[in-house]
Amino acid sequence: MIENFDLTMVNWARAQFAMTAMYHWVFVPLTLGITWIIAFYHTIYVKTGSEEWKNLTKFWMKLFGINFAIGVATGIIMEFEFGTNWSNYSWMVGDIFGAPLAIEGIAAFFLEATFFAVMFFGWNRVSKGFHLFSTWMVAVGSNLSAVWILVANGWMQHPVGQAFNPDTARFEMQNFTDVVFNPVAVSKFTHTTSSAMLFAALFIISISSFYLLKGRHVKMAKRSIIVASVFGLLASGFVGFTGDEAAYENARHQPMKLAAFEGLYQGEKNAGLVAFGMVNSKKQVGDDQDAFHFEIRIPGLLTMLANRKFGTFVPGINDLVYGNAEQGIMGAAEKMEKGKVAITQLDAYKKFKKAGDEAAATAALSIFDENKDYLGYGFLTRPEEAAPPVALSFNAFHIMVVLGTVFPLVFLAYLYFSYKDTLLEQKWLLGTGTIMFFLGMVAQQAGWVVAEVGRQPWAIQDLLPVTVARSNLTAGTVQTTFFMFLVLFTILLVAEISIMLKQISLGPKES
Amino acid sequence: MEPVLEKTSHPSIFIRVFRFYVDGFRRMTVGRTLWKVIIVKLIIMFAVLKLFFFQDFLGTKFTTDEQRADYVLEQITAPIQAQSALSQGGKL
Repeated sequence: MIENFDLTMVNWARAQFAMTAMYHWVFVPLTLGITWIIAFYHTIYVKTGSEEWKNLTKFWMKLFGINFAIGVATGIIMEFEFGTNWSNYSWMVGDIFGAPLAIEGIAAFFLEATFFAVMFFGWNRVSKGFHLFSTWMVAVGSNLSAVWILVANGWMQHPVGQAFNPDTARFEMQNFTDVVFNPVAVSKFTHTTSSAMLFAALFIISISSFYLLKGRHVKMAKRSIIVASVFGLLASGFVGFTGDEAAYENARHQPMKLAAFEGLYQGEKNAGLVAFGMVNSKKQVGDDQDAFHFEIRIPGLLTMLANRKFGTFVPGINDLVYGNAEQGIMGAAEKMEKGKVAITQLDAYKKFKKAGDEAAATAALSIFDENKDYLGYGFLTRPEEAAPPVALSFNAFHIMVVLGTVFPLVFLAYLYFSYKDTLLEQKWLLGTGTIMFFLGMVAQQAGWVVAEVGRQPWAIQDLLPVTVARSNLTAGTVQTTFFMFLVLFTILLVAEISIMLKQISLGPKES
Repeated sequence: MEPVLEKTSHPSIFIRVFRFYVDGFRRMTVGRTLWKVIIVKLIIMFAVLKLFFFQDFLGTKFTTDEQRADYVLEQITAPIQAQSALSQGGKL
């Protein structure tokens, strides 16, 4: 059935969405994270009254302003794409996404726009207390905006608090609280914002290290590093904690994603976590090739990550695709049958309703309701299609985890040498520090690859595959706009980098 | 005779907020460049991309929500209809 759809169009639309989302995410984590660190710098200034802390705060505020201005509204392009390339999806989720996205718009406008202006224009023009309050509110406001978009994303990964209306073809919200406090959305929000804090700390470390290597703005750079390292270290701990929570939620609601990012084909009790390995990218689900060229596993750790209990079973890709009666796991083939029943009965309901045969329509709806949880599987042609790209998921996850393990060590090293007052002599550390910003961005992007590639083929988990979520457009239309976006976003990125580099080159005002 | 009180100028909160913003915008340095970038970007996004390339697919094709719902239902159930047509020897 899937071959009836224009897969070329679907893939171009996916590539376009991935590109815009990844470009958008170049700007967002810095905005989310650096506002908190600026708030701390500003607080120290207000407490000490030191002009040096004031200049330091103003400098980082300026870089934040550049990032914010260049990045603002880049996310709206994704909303354009929903309406144009993903109209079936857009129609079906409109009722669920309407409220969170409207709240996001209002929160962003009132909190960010109001306090943002006071934060930038308020020096010597409003009281110090109100000015500081505004800086904190910018941090709160920008992170609150993120809540709602991540609630929407969390719902796609674990669609709770909804009911499908067969007359309107829409998922309708039944319980707002369930949608907002969806455990996947909560873990997604906490993991995203804490990783953004970590990333912002790396940004400050990179620029400050550059100054120290050049012997410029030494006092300001050292002060910036100490606060950023403490903040980054605390954020790293929180990232680990929330990452563990995210994996636990994956095991509950998206076990295929967990199996894919660990390259686990055969489920097992006390499954090990791959500490280091090279996944076999040629392996297909169901063939007899080895999953890895080589791997080193930490015994039992994946089981602990997934179930928090030794001796428990973690399902692999094969268990989820082909089923595992012993463990009570239904395979994708059986789910496909149920999904096809759901689609058939939905079609029958529509026809009976049109013909005015209420009794037959009610009967069809009843069977549809029994099978609707597997609706999406009805669109698959082979059980193997239920698995995401394993190599990409695995590599992205392990890049993220390795980098996430390195970052706290870097923060600790900076703190140690700052305490010893020998930071200027550690050229190797300062050199490493200058590229930390780039590595932080790699980790950020890898995290989203895990989240979004790992949940394929679903636009809405188990209910709607991306092949059905799309609009009936030609690939050529999407290709044109793909390249337009590529040019636009590249120009924006070049503008950001050049304006920021100029300000970094100018540096903060010296007292 | 009643004492004549001198009238002090105390503008309303709205005027003070307005002046705060106007003055803030006037003092901008890097901000001026950033605002230019924002305005050009928004014009490209809304006046070019949205208007000519990113029209709402269902919004432009149909006039009522009922038609949109019927169309999406048709799309969702299309595989079953195609299978049914094939099993009856029909053409897709």
